[in-house]
Amino acid sequence: MIKAILIFNNHGKPRLIRFYQYFTEDMQQQIIRETFHLVSKRDDNVCNFLEGGSLIGGSDYKLIYRHYATLYFVFCVDSSESELGILDLIQVFVETLDKCFENVCELDLIFHMDKVHYILQEVVMGGMVLETNMNEIVAQVEVQNRLEKSEVLNCLFCHVNSSPINREATKPAVPDQHRLRPL
Amino acid sequence: MPAPIRLRELIRTIRTARTQAEEREMIQKECAAIRSSFREEDNTYRCRNVAKLLYMHMLGYPAHFGQLECLKLIASQKFTDKRIGYLGAMLLLDERQDVHLLMTNCIKNDLNHSTQYVQGLALCTLGCMGSSEMCRDLAGEVEKLLKTSNSYLRKKAALCAVHVIRKVPELMEMFLPATKNLLSEKNHGVLHTSVVLLTEMCERSPDMLAHFRKLVPQLVRILKNLIMSGYSPEHDVSGISDPFLQVRILRLLRILGKSDDDSSEAMNDILAQVATNTETSKNVGNAILYETVLTIMDIKSESGLRVLAINILGRFLLNNDKNIRYVALTSLLKTVQTDHNAVQRHRSTIVDCLKDLDVSIKRRAMELSFALVNGNNIRGMMKELLYFLDSCDPEFKADCASGVFLAAEKYAPSKRWHIDTIMRVLTTAGSYVRDDSVPNLIQLITNSVEMHAYTVQRLYKALLDDISQQPLVQVASWCIGEYGDLLVSGQCEEEEPIQVTEDEVLDVLEGLLVSNLSAAVTRGYSLTAIMKLSTRFSGVNRIKKVVSIYGSSIDVELQQRAVEYNALFKKYDHMRPALLERMPIMEKSASNGPTEIVQTNGETEPSVVDSKHPPPVSQPANQANDLLDLLGGNDVVPVIQTTVPTKPASAGGELLDLLGDLSLSGVPTPAPSVATSQPSFLLDGLSSQPLFNDIAAAAIPPMTAYNKNGLKIDFTFERANPNPNVAVITIHASNSTEADMTDFVFQAAVPKTFQLQLLSPSSNVVPALNQGTVTQVIRVLNPQKQQLRMRIKLTYTLKGSPVQDLAEVNNFPPQSWQ
Repeated sequence: MIKAILIFNNHGKPRLIRFYQYFTEDMQQQIIRETFHLVSKRDDNVCNFLEGGSLIGGSDYKLIYRHYATLYFVFCVDSSESELGILDLIQVFVETLDKCFENVCELDLIFHMDKVHYILQEVVMGGMVLETNMNEIVAQVEVQNRLEKSEVLNCLFCHVNSSPINREATKPAVPDQHRLRPL
Repeated sequence: MPAPIRLRELIRTIRTARTQAEEREMIQKECAAIRSSFREEDNTYRCRNVAKLLYMHMLGYPAHFGQLECLKLIASQKFTDKRIGYLGAMLLLDERQDVHLLMTNCIKNDLNHSTQYVQGLALCTLGCMGSSEMCRDLAGEVEKLLKTSNSYLRKKAALCAVHVIRKVPELMEMFLPATKNLLSEKNHGVLHTSVVLLTEMCERSPDMLAHFRKLVPQLVRILKNLIMSGYSPEHDVSGISDPFLQVRILRLLRILGKSDDDSSEAMNDILAQVATNTETSKNVGNAILYETVLTIMDIKSESGLRVLAINILGRFLLNNDKNIRYVALTSLLKTVQTDHNAVQRHRSTIVDCLKDLDVSIKRRAMELSFALVNGNNIRGMMKELLYFLDSCDPEFKADCASGVFLAAEKYAPSKRWHIDTIMRVLTTAGSYVRDDSVPNLIQLITNSVEMHAYTVQRLYKALLDDISQQPLVQVASWCIGEYGDLLVSGQCEEEEPIQVTEDEVLDVLEGLLVSNLSAAVTRGYSLTAIMKLSTRFSGVNRIKKVVSIYGSSIDVELQQRAVEYNALFKKYDHMRPALLERMPIMEKSASNGPTEIVQTNGETEPSVVDSKHPPPVSQPANQANDLLDLLGGNDVVPVIQTTVPTKPASAGGELLDLLGDLSLSGVPTPAPSVATSQPSFLLDGLSSQPLFNDIAAAAIPPMTAYNKNGLKIDFTFERANPNPNVAVITIHASNSTEADMTDFVFQAAVPKTFQLQLLSPSSNVVPALNQGTVTQVIRVLNPQKQQLRMRIKLTYTLKGSPVQDLAEVNNFPPQSWQ
């Protein structure tokens, strides 16, 4: 079972946090800090597995992480998940983000936190892996986004006075070093 | 009021904050705006506000006031609202808040919604944070969705079912019919989640496991198709067809094949095929191979297959990729118990991994190395491990040191080697060793009689070099105290003897007493050592002077010792040689447990032992064996003492005092009416004074606390070993009526000066007609040693009707609280 999925940047600022087990808010922030502390110390040429910190509990748990450009993707899992399999899962997730956001970078994750959550919901549910086929995931997310958009447009025609809610911002050009690429 | 700002705006604003305080201010302002917007019950902007709230929650700010708003969003008809509402519910709510139950109805409706995505959202939320009540209510809906033909919903329903089973295991049978044709699905997503569901059910219930064994051929077929089928673009990951599904199936096969010959037989071929055909150039291939290896090792596979598996692991170890090596070391650690010889062949590679730069790999390699040590390779391995100990990070030193001690104890080829090894550990990692290594080492030294001179010489030399490592200093000072005469006389067969005078030795020991580096315990050791030398050295005056100086030391422990030693010089000088003579050989009863050292001082106690032998009882082995052996005859009753070896054997005086306190008139023999017989054996055998310390618990007789309406509750007592103020009471509830008592709950309350801790009961059904008992442990802390009183409340259901009763327990035997 996956206990938590954390995405934070090179300075420890959280970009997405998802816990599949209950922790109070204080504990959650503490876990993020501790995980960042452990992961940032690692060199780039060591293995991607870390024995978990004491907070997230137990000797059964380990941290599996991958470092892409400015972001760390950390999955905290227990022994029922295959370590190498989770590494592949992280890769699939990032590639899916890439497809959904077109050359995804950290800014996308910052400004579209809710969308990233929706994509993650199609990959991992309740701490277990739901779907690993990238195209499936992207297709399902697209349909749901279209559903949302059509509702918004309906609203537009119904409410005369409300200002148009423009959800698609034009994307600024993204400098290369911020593009997410595996190290 | 103006429209609330969009999420994007908020994020942009927050990012401009330069300090933490500025950020907090912005967020508080926005929170206030959101709160007033919530109060206005504005439907249009609610989803925007909740989105902002979730963002702020991620940054670590409190967001609980948004919980009800999430519920309102979930109840809305719009998909947009529902989407953010469910996300908010998953992030902000959990079963600990009562509010979450309000969601149940909404989820129920949404599970039957016409749009599949809304159904999906509901399933997702239920599967993430559904409480047991919610799961119970909605399990039927989930089960219905598990049978639908819509693959999007089916896979989500499968995972939701896993969550339901985890929360409410009794509902597992409900999902059984739906699993019938799960594996005949074509959609890989559904297949994947179905395998997860089957895995969960098999892990939870052995009946299910037996039931699903018949699926093995089907699983093997699916796996075969995956391997043999050519390139299929939709499931391809780096050239391998759906590796995630392959890994899952392999894992399920592992569970099904464990300890079952037929299933294992059916799997052999496919496992061999996967193992040989999989491409290993990419990580995905290795993931599959790794899973295959684990499966082969766990099921009853034929030996050829096992050898293949270990060889694959060996190849992994040589791989450049660190992850692969880590994974290989982990699995070798799992298999080293069963296939020890096969793993031995890779020993040199594993030992090389000790030198790797990666911390995780080093740790695994260290654990594995310790597992591989045996009588043949001990010398070589130990050299490597000691070298590792020298150079490793501090976090490893403690574990490595204990590992070295254990290995040395088990396989030491000679005493001298053993002592050398331990000394090496103490000098390199001295401050990281565990506390019990000092007494263990001392005991080891005492037992190797022929090595005394060598040992003391080496320790003395080590002391001259470095007095900062406390365990080493403690052991050294104890040895010098015991064997100082050997040191000074300069006899040593093993090594070149050194020339040391008595004064030099005393200089060193006194140096320890005054040094800042010495801990209080160490000072105690060295003072005692100096004292012991008074019988072994000729120059007593210097020692007398030192001892009298410390009679006024600020440290209470040192002062007490010095004063007592002074008294020894003045009033009891005739006893001094006898008291300070060499320590006899100590026998260890347990290597890892509490240090019970049975010491025969050569002092015999007059005993009044009944000639009838105590009945043999199952006991903690150590105590029982020692006691039974020694009580075999009718004579010596040894005194069991946890000794601190540095205390001079002035035990003579202390023992007599202690025994004087105990009542020699005998202990009333209790009516043993209860199941546990641990204390009663001693009481049957000895009608004389009980042996004190842990055995003192034997003195406290059990009692009946409550006996009414067929329910009888007996209390048996023990004293918790480390803390004499804690009484450990075990209750035994038995039922003499004809029907079982179900939902049995025992509660207890004690007066304010006590503290009570109730551990969990063995069960809550008391079987009828005294066929069994329910036991529960109570720990009572009684620091003021007041009379123990307790009020108990019993609730149970007998023949369908609930029964409740209160009672006071006042008849505690005096020994339980004194």
